[in-house]
Amino acid sequence: MNRIISKLQEDKKLLSIYFTAGYPNLNDTSTIIQNLERSGVDMIEIGLPFSDPLADGSTIQVSSTQALKNGMTTERLFEQLKDIRKSVSIPLIIMGYFNPILQYGVEAFCKKCSEIGIDGLIIPDLPVNVYFDQYKIIFEKYGLINVFLITPQTSNERIEFIDSISNGFIYMVSSASVTGSQSGFGSKQSNYFKRISNMQLKNPQIVGFGISNNKTFLQATQYTKGAIIGSAFIKHLTEKGVDTIDTFVKSIVK
Amino acid sequence: MVKQENTAIPIGGSEVVGGKELYNINHKGYYGEFGGAYIPEMLFPNVEELRQNYLKIMAEPDFRSEFDQLLKDYVGRPSPLYFAKLLSEKYQTKIYLKREDLNHTGAHKINNTIGQILMAKRLGKKRIIAETGAGQHGVATATVCALMGLECIVYMGEIDIARQAPNVARMKMLGATVIPALSGSRTLKDATNEAIRDWINNPIDTHYIIGSVVGPHPYPDMVARFQSVVSEEIQWQLQEKEGKLKPDYIVACVGGGSNAAGAYYHFLEDTDVKLIAVEAAGLGVHSGESAATSILGKEGIIHGSKTLLMQTNDGQIIEPYSISAGLDYPGVGPMHAHLYKTGRAEFIAVTDDQAMKAGMALCKLEGIIPAIESSHALAIFEQKKFNADDVVVVSLSGRGDKDLNTYINYFKL
Ligand SMILES: Cc1ncc(COP(=O)(O)O)c(C=O)c1O
Repeated sequence: MNRIISKLQEDKKLLSIYFTAGYPNLNDTSTIIQNLERSGVDMIEIGLPFSDPLADGSTIQVSSTQALKNGMTTERLFEQLKDIRKSVSIPLIIMGYFNPILQYGVEAFCKKCSEIGIDGLIIPDLPVNVYFDQYKIIFEKYGLINVFLITPQTSNERIEFIDSISNGFIYMVSSASVTGSQSGFGSKQSNYFKRISNMQLKNPQIVGFGISNNKTFLQATQYTKGAIIGSAFIKHLTEKGVDTIDTFVKSIVK
Repeated sequence: MVKQENTAIPIGGSEVVGGKELYNINHKGYYGEFGGAYIPEMLFPNVEELRQNYLKIMAEPDFRSEFDQLLKDYVGRPSPLYFAKLLSEKYQTKIYLKREDLNHTGAHKINNTIGQILMAKRLGKKRIIAETGAGQHGVATATVCALMGLECIVYMGEIDIARQAPNVARMKMLGATVIPALSGSRTLKDATNEAIRDWINNPIDTHYIIGSVVGPHPYPDMVARFQSVVSEEIQWQLQEKEGKLKPDYIVACVGGGSNAAGAYYHFLEDTDVKLIAVEAAGLGVHSGESAATSILGKEGIIHGSKTLLMQTNDGQIIEPYSISAGLDYPGVGPMHAHLYKTGRAEFIAVTDDQAMKAGMALCKLEGIIPAIESSHALAIFEQKKFNADDVVVVSLSGRGDKDLNTYINYFKL
């Protein structure tokens, strides 16, 4: 069974962490992954850096630019990950923009992911209909789960369609914003979380964007299965490096 | 050619493409294999709202009449189709200049911003965002926002802000807020990224006025339709001047491709009319300092569109170079990618030096100071021979006022 599916069946709120591969240093990838698992994180999103990350705020932009400067490439990331399953057993997801994947070749990319033991992909700018028409077959052939995003503006009809073609979880973007906004959650978000929760979708929801501490983690997971932290973790890496990951994770799930 | 009186048809022609058109957009939002809307879900409601409404709105009689009226009284259309006698003598062919440089704000860009501001109003939007490179599109957007009383925010790369100070001042005088794009290479591509991020952050009340035939569907088609007034005018103007319905060649520079799309539009399917697209080769196509996207580019995704773009083997977008800020874009509109791939248009690359010389030659021969973008189109007469009776229409997309500093530095004036 795909590791994402079995993880989702555990009776707990899940914490998933995003980091940009190749940042702060080119070869930090496996250390970060191992430290995250050891700290009790449930799932990891490995960011494949892109020169033009449209949906990201400044923190992830800067980390992506630096990662590329450090020399990160698709091939190098696969090389760094090739033995990762010897030491890590939690679900691993690659998050990246579509162009680098298209250049690598979608099928070649999926094949490599499955050889390594990657469980799923999040490709924010691969539209649902294009995935459905052209790539679903390939993802399924390699046992990869493709995770789709919904936002507070997504219509119910579209959410139902996305739910029907998803087979893992739905990535719920907390508010209309790029990554890294720090404004906290108010009644607008909790109403939205509640509204989606009441839709009784077949796939559980995990909330991302704007989660940075224990408070926002608890707010985000009150009505959902889990939460994803990206920018706040990257800030931690920038300020404290890769050795104190445990402190960061403990500050989120107390 | 008489103007279409059938008001149920959107600007630019029928919405049903019917399978006959080989070069225009199909009903799925693609030109051949190029186009589409490769956007994050956060943008879907905005882009979808536009997709569902743009043709309907463009077909409304009051929309058309407001658009036509503003183009006539405010922009100063029709722009002249000028027979350049001395230039024609020099190159032994018949050269007509389509004088978009005489439009209000000095370039073709305003045809699009007039159309889009009317569209934004019909969609009930209160806030306008735009990206700009040279500042021409920014000025054209700030202008129509002033005209319509809408808030205007223009993203511009930090480096371009320094290069194009007069246009920054113009935008401010017109009431726009200019926000520097500090990310990436701090030029047009990054200004576009910032505008898109702003749109993600403001999904309800904001319309993004994109400045060329780029971006996710329906933008390339919508912008091409607004610019199609250019080829519509060429048809009847040529009839008046030459007794011909169509030219033998149409020549236009291509940054994103909007002035070219406008000049080609009504002739796209008529292969008697040969299309020439001129790209900026910078210091030379293979110098590493170039913006010749079609030659150097590979298929990929940029700013929500599948098209040709300059990128590394790894799919990272490469920063282009051209002396002309308006051609300094690493992608090209999906229509042009298709025209390139199918061979419908001939693509010619022109270096900085060739363009600057051609620009200066036009000043001396015809008394017209062209935008450096347009100078690229003029430079092809040094590279390509035409027959004496060929009618060659060149899109003179803009005037050179904004480029004075570059001309001064280049020619040590
Ligand atoms: C005068 C002029 N011509 C051409 C261009 C290039 O844009 P496009 O290819 O969309 O016409 C620009 C862009 O700023 C411009 O200002």
